[in-house]
Amino acid sequence: MTLDTEAAAIRWGFGLPAGRTPDDMLARLAGPDRAAEMWPGGTLSRLGPVRAAYQAARKAKDAAAQKAAQRQADQLALQGVQAAFARAVGSDDPLRERLVTFWADHFTTSRRNRVEAALPGILIDEAIRPHVAGRFSDMLRAVITHPGMLIYLNQEASFGPESRKGHRRDKGLNENLARELLELHTLGVGALYSQTDVRELAELLTGLAVDPGEGFVFDAARAEPGPETVLGVTYAGKGMQPVLQALADLAARPETAAHIARKLVVHFVADNPDPGLVASVTARWLDTGGDLLAVVRALVLHPHAMLPGVGKARQPYDFIVAAFRALEVTPANVLAADAKTIKRLVLDPLAAMGQPLYRAPGPDGWPETAADWITPAGLAARIDWAMNAPQRLVRPLPDPRAFLAKALGRRAGDRLAWAVGAAESARDGVGLVLSSPEFNQR
Amino acid sequence: MDRRVFLKGLGLAGCSAAAHPLLTTLTLAEGGLALGDNRLVVIILRGAMDGLDVIQPRGDAGFATARAGLTSPATDLDGFFALNDGLSGLSPLWQAGQLAFVHATSTPYRDKRSHFDGQDLLEAGTGTDLAPMAQRDGWLNRLLQVIPGAGSETAWAVGREAMPVLAGPARTQSWAPDQDLRLTQAAQALLEHVYHDDPLFRDAASAAFDLAGGAADGKDIDPIVDFAAERLRGTARIAAFSQSGWDTHKGQGGAIQRPLERLQRSILRLQTGLGPEVWGKTVVLAMTEFGRTVRANGSGGTDHGTGGAMLAAGGAVRGGKVFGDWPGLAEADLYDRRDLMPTSDVRDWAAQVLAGLYGLDRAVLEGTVFPGLRMEASPSLIR
Repeated sequence: MTLDTEAAAIRWGFGLPAGRTPDDMLARLAGPDRAAEMWPGGTLSRLGPVRAAYQAARKAKDAAAQKAAQRQADQLALQGVQAAFARAVGSDDPLRERLVTFWADHFTTSRRNRVEAALPGILIDEAIRPHVAGRFSDMLRAVITHPGMLIYLNQEASFGPESRKGHRRDKGLNENLARELLELHTLGVGALYSQTDVRELAELLTGLAVDPGEGFVFDAARAEPGPETVLGVTYAGKGMQPVLQALADLAARPETAAHIARKLVVHFVADNPDPGLVASVTARWLDTGGDLLAVVRALVLHPHAMLPGVGKARQPYDFIVAAFRALEVTPANVLAADAKTIKRLVLDPLAAMGQPLYRAPGPDGWPETAADWITPAGLAARIDWAMNAPQRLVRPLPDPRAFLAKALGRRAGDRLAWAVGAAESARDGVGLVLSSPEFNQR
Repeated sequence: MDRRVFLKGLGLAGCSAAAHPLLTTLTLAEGGLALGDNRLVVIILRGAMDGLDVIQPRGDAGFATARAGLTSPATDLDGFFALNDGLSGLSPLWQAGQLAFVHATSTPYRDKRSHFDGQDLLEAGTGTDLAPMAQRDGWLNRLLQVIPGAGSETAWAVGREAMPVLAGPARTQSWAPDQDLRLTQAAQALLEHVYHDDPLFRDAASAAFDLAGGAADGKDIDPIVDFAAERLRGTARIAAFSQSGWDTHKGQGGAIQRPLERLQRSILRLQTGLGPEVWGKTVVLAMTEFGRTVRANGSGGTDHGTGGAMLAAGGAVRGGKVFGDWPGLAEADLYDRRDLMPTSDVRDWAAQVLAGLYGLDRAVLEGTVFPGLRMEASPSLIR
């Protein structure tokens, strides 16, 4: 393994042991999404009936049926978490998995209640995964019309004030989705849009609704009648057509290209990125009309993309996935683990490290800088996990010196190599590797 | 590498077996019949316990010089050796003849002074003719292999840490309490070393150490000891677990107190948990991978050495005595001019104990359990 493939596996994937060349990673990304086939997650079509059964049971005050539906919902959520980790741990297409987490964060959703706990994972599987090597405009459309997003940003509670249902139920607009669509999903907060643009876009989106059984529907009865003007463009007509046109226009805006290109570079390369690198990725986005495969290629192959010493912290999710890979935990192990084990070894530790799964504090997702993650509480939780979880995962533990080579290759510094050799037990030695600055940065 | 991955509740048979309330007594009885009534508990002291600080050779003129500024308070045992006051709670056992030590003993491991290799060899119970990593069986497992009809419930590895001393083809059980162990002082010192050059990690860590882990007292060992005692009161005959925290490179006077407290607590709690009758048939051996340097280092601690000490406790022990030939602490008497010279093979003492407890003959002990060992007719540690 060369230094280049090691560094690439850490920067663009979930770390060692499998080093890959950037070209190899890009070639896999351009191919089919095998991980999604091998390790399927939950789907809306399975959650829908469970959710409907739960609500019917609640109305009928049938505690037993409600409990049964809740159990099914819990099972779907568990399957989603297992699938996500199985793919991240087992995939030989790690760049795709990293891009999925990037876009899942860009289009953050969070669960509303326990019975819908699987929904954020379902949105990722259905609206994000299929497009990470496709076109941004397609991803945007898929996400904005997915029940997971419509519920999370309250679009399902938004009614055109002049629509039939708005009149009848005396309900009105909810601007939440429209605002975040401009501020977070496309243009970025610094772009030149006004409160009027937000309000007009909110009116334009009023037909987007969620049917408990069918999922996403366009409900003409709640759509605000009449044309709306967003960023100087007037959208008229009925049904989904003007909405889709507005989404396509937002996706094509240069502010969107600049905003997301910068986010990509910040996420993958550096908290304070090289302006030339950002400009180059942005230009590729504009040249290709948001062809994400071309954009990612421009990022990965840029000569400044591999500059060392930029100090990105592995986020807790990356940390646990990378540790699983280094410890040789397999997708089969992940899929065979029961809910209690997943909670104990994955979900509770993620929360303790500051990143509870699918529960970002707001629609702007998780912070990026190393200082946000390497806090006293966050580092304490990482050390706790590093010292205790491996023994619960692998027995016997590997020889720490061999583990150091496997987990970090030539990235291991002299201090770490010395300390690992001096540790008094395999537990401490493996724990030191996983607690180290080298392992916690990418 | 053939490693068993166990996400709890799936792979590791012992976990589910231990938690299962319907374990058949039939299998358990097999073990009892095969090994008789005597019990053996092996505690692996990971990190290299400093035998010279635990059993202090106060009668040796070189001791005070070598350990100037490092000698912990201790109480005289026999006019020559004194017991570190961190184990003062064991004095009643000494008085009752149920506590013994072997000094200046070691495995055949020499020179490289690596914890991992040293522990591998201690638990493999072999010589140095094979690379330590090539030994896959532990000596307790080979003991079970030569006992006809030893049932799978005969021997237990207790605790989260893997116990290579019990690993091998003979079936054994394992169980771990559902709790984490605290970061040892040695591990914390190594982390501080690793974080030293990175301001972000260094600063976060200084506050993180106060947050990591559980309570600071030795009580985290209680569930392990209680489980072992419960099994041994029943039909199990052998239990093994480990205790860390002995790697006292720095500030040893304070750093060694916590592992001593934990060791003392384990022995006393085992005694209570087993009850007088079973305790009377029990030998506890606490063994470590090697000793530590005779002279203190520059930071109030000691570094990896060679000859060390072993502790034996239990109603079946012929105690009240420190065993082993004392090599002396004059520079010419040291190993490599720095370490306590080993005068016995720690496996020899263990082999004598196995012979006495389970009636194994010398050929089996030298040929199978501890292959390559030449038993030197050390005085037996047991009654």
